[in-house]
Amino acid sequence: MNLPLSSDSSPGADAAAPFLQIKRVIKQFDDIFAVDDVSLNIQKGEIFALLGSSGCGKSTLLRMLAGFEVPTSGQILLEGQDIVGLAPYERPINMMFQSYALFPHLTVWDNIAFGLRRDGLPKAEIEERVGKMLDLVQLKAYAKRKPHQLSGGQQQRVALARSLAKRPRLLLLDEPLGALDKKLRERTQLELVDIIEQVGVTCVMVTHDQEEAMTMATRIGVMSEGRILQVGKPAEIYETPNCRFVADFIGSVNLFRGTLEVDEPDHVVIASPECRHYVSHGITGTLGMEVLAAVRPEKLTVQRHSPLVEDRESPEQAGHNAVEGVIEDMAYLGSLTTYHVRLDNGYLVKATHTNAARHELSQLSWGDRVHVWWCGSDVVVLTQ
Amino acid sequence: MSLPLSLPALHDKLSGAWGRSALIAVPMVFLLVFFLLPFLVVMKISVSEMENVVFKDLLVWADGVLSLQIRLGNYLFITQDDLYLSAYLSSIKFAAITTVLCLLIAYPFAYFMARSPSDKRPALLMLVMLPFWTSFLLRVYAWKMLLADNGVFNNLALALGLVAEPVKMMNTPFSLVLGMVYTYLPFMILPLYANLVKMDLRLLEAALDLGATPWQAFWRITVPLSRSGIIAGSLLVFIPCVGEFVIPELLGGPQTLMIGRVLWDEFFSNNDWPMAASVAVVMVLLIIVPIALFNKHQAEGSGGARA
Repeated sequence: MNLPLSSDSSPGADAAAPFLQIKRVIKQFDDIFAVDDVSLNIQKGEIFALLGSSGCGKSTLLRMLAGFEVPTSGQILLEGQDIVGLAPYERPINMMFQSYALFPHLTVWDNIAFGLRRDGLPKAEIEERVGKMLDLVQLKAYAKRKPHQLSGGQQQRVALARSLAKRPRLLLLDEPLGALDKKLRERTQLELVDIIEQVGVTCVMVTHDQEEAMTMATRIGVMSEGRILQVGKPAEIYETPNCRFVADFIGSVNLFRGTLEVDEPDHVVIASPECRHYVSHGITGTLGMEVLAAVRPEKLTVQRHSPLVEDRESPEQAGHNAVEGVIEDMAYLGSLTTYHVRLDNGYLVKATHTNAARHELSQLSWGDRVHVWWCGSDVVVLTQ
Repeated sequence: MSLPLSLPALHDKLSGAWGRSALIAVPMVFLLVFFLLPFLVVMKISVSEMENVVFKDLLVWADGVLSLQIRLGNYLFITQDDLYLSAYLSSIKFAAITTVLCLLIAYPFAYFMARSPSDKRPALLMLVMLPFWTSFLLRVYAWKMLLADNGVFNNLALALGLVAEPVKMMNTPFSLVLGMVYTYLPFMILPLYANLVKMDLRLLEAALDLGATPWQAFWRITVPLSRSGIIAGSLLVFIPCVGEFVIPELLGGPQTLMIGRVLWDEFFSNNDWPMAASVAVVMVLLIIVPIALFNKHQAEGSGGARA
């Protein structure tokens, strides 16, 4: 199977000129490449998430878009205009800062009006636009408060209103929900997307939280060590990761190291010490090459008896995609149960089951000998 | 069963409360013994009658009559004689000029220190405090040498032909203010530095991001946020400057009569301790009371906002 490394070559990208183009941008701090030859195209109206662990260069890239860092080389085009030489205050781009950076000495109202006042807008228009922003984030009653008198969620909304007040052409979000607790974060994610879509602004966000990226973004770029590894819709990134790092970083995954044994256009077979893997799609590779077979834990079935042929996706998968082992660990997490199954050769396989019916899987317990199997269409082959 | 459990808890509670009270009591007792009591003594002297070299008691028991004698003549005299009023006013004037000049010099200074790389800051801080290693009197005397008619500056200017005859700098308002600004500058720099160094620089980025030029960001964000440092530094310079005696004595001249000089004269030239004490009490009230009120207002106005 062919995975395009970036969306540049896909036919849809040519239909409209990209709204934001990042062309071969490099940022070097002393000897370290914080951002290493990144190219990205972002369409108008998109919410694009840069996802990666800390130190992967995603924040540096965002800061270059805002104008706080200057690329060592490369171009950043906004609607065809190169903005690299512009100071932050000359760019039609606003940012919602990590932990908000609200001005502590100004009221909510003055915080939101700050950018409008710098533009020298007439007083009446400032009043009107600040009023609209307060309505949008539902903080009208708090206009006279200082930031420290607000809760974390309210501060976050003030920060959003402040960054939207100038009607920027591009909105940057730096870990937009990082300062909120888990419960509030889940509710705020959708609220934030609602507001952004209501305003219709193109948005680039940075986050280390894959769930946040999956919920909010229309497309995700996974970054590591200054490079973009994969760009795609959340489902693409999850279901068809193009390398081991992406597969491992987004969710958890079982990886089986093996060699390519059969290479047909419609299926391949990979031989690994654990079992033979039947993969029901073709890949580009040569026989005998080292590959990884990746399967998400939720695609695995754990049961006492060996898989029946009639349960399998197709008859030729019988004898493939199945392993045997002992349940070493299991955790009941409410909505799902996770199993750690130790195979006879010592390899540990993770599986999760949704607890759809009450007491459904209660017959399995620690130390049980079980069979684990999965479908050939759920296997992704990583050629590294 | 519950007794052995509750006793230690009770003990903890008590010792906690005691510990806290004791901790607060230390500075309280210090202020009481070394500030409030002496001030009351000064107040008492200011309303006492002098007999030869001893003060008469305020309370006198004679012929079955207990009489309390409070002499307010000194305070009345202060309001009647122009000397005191003009000395007060000129003290406040020179202290104010010194404070403003200190602020103008210290702000960029402290800003530069606070924005320099963190590994260089201790060295810069040390440089600010370095003058304290030399006696303050020696440093003021050194200015006398530099500013005198035949001092270093004049000799240099004459030698270079910049001036035809020595410029009079010593014993003028100029030399006085120069000496006071020089002496009190660190007291302005340090609180400003302490304030500026902990400022969240992301606020400046946020201001730039919202369209403020660096200059606008400085005036709209940095200056308002350093207000508590500005106030602290200004008070640290202004209050001691008003009562300053040594610098006006050494560097000032006939045009720079300040209240410290008047006090000294009353104590040691006129030997009129009650009069001197009255002048001191009025000075304290004139300076401290407005500042205390101002501070109280500030604290209420900001509502405990982060500085």
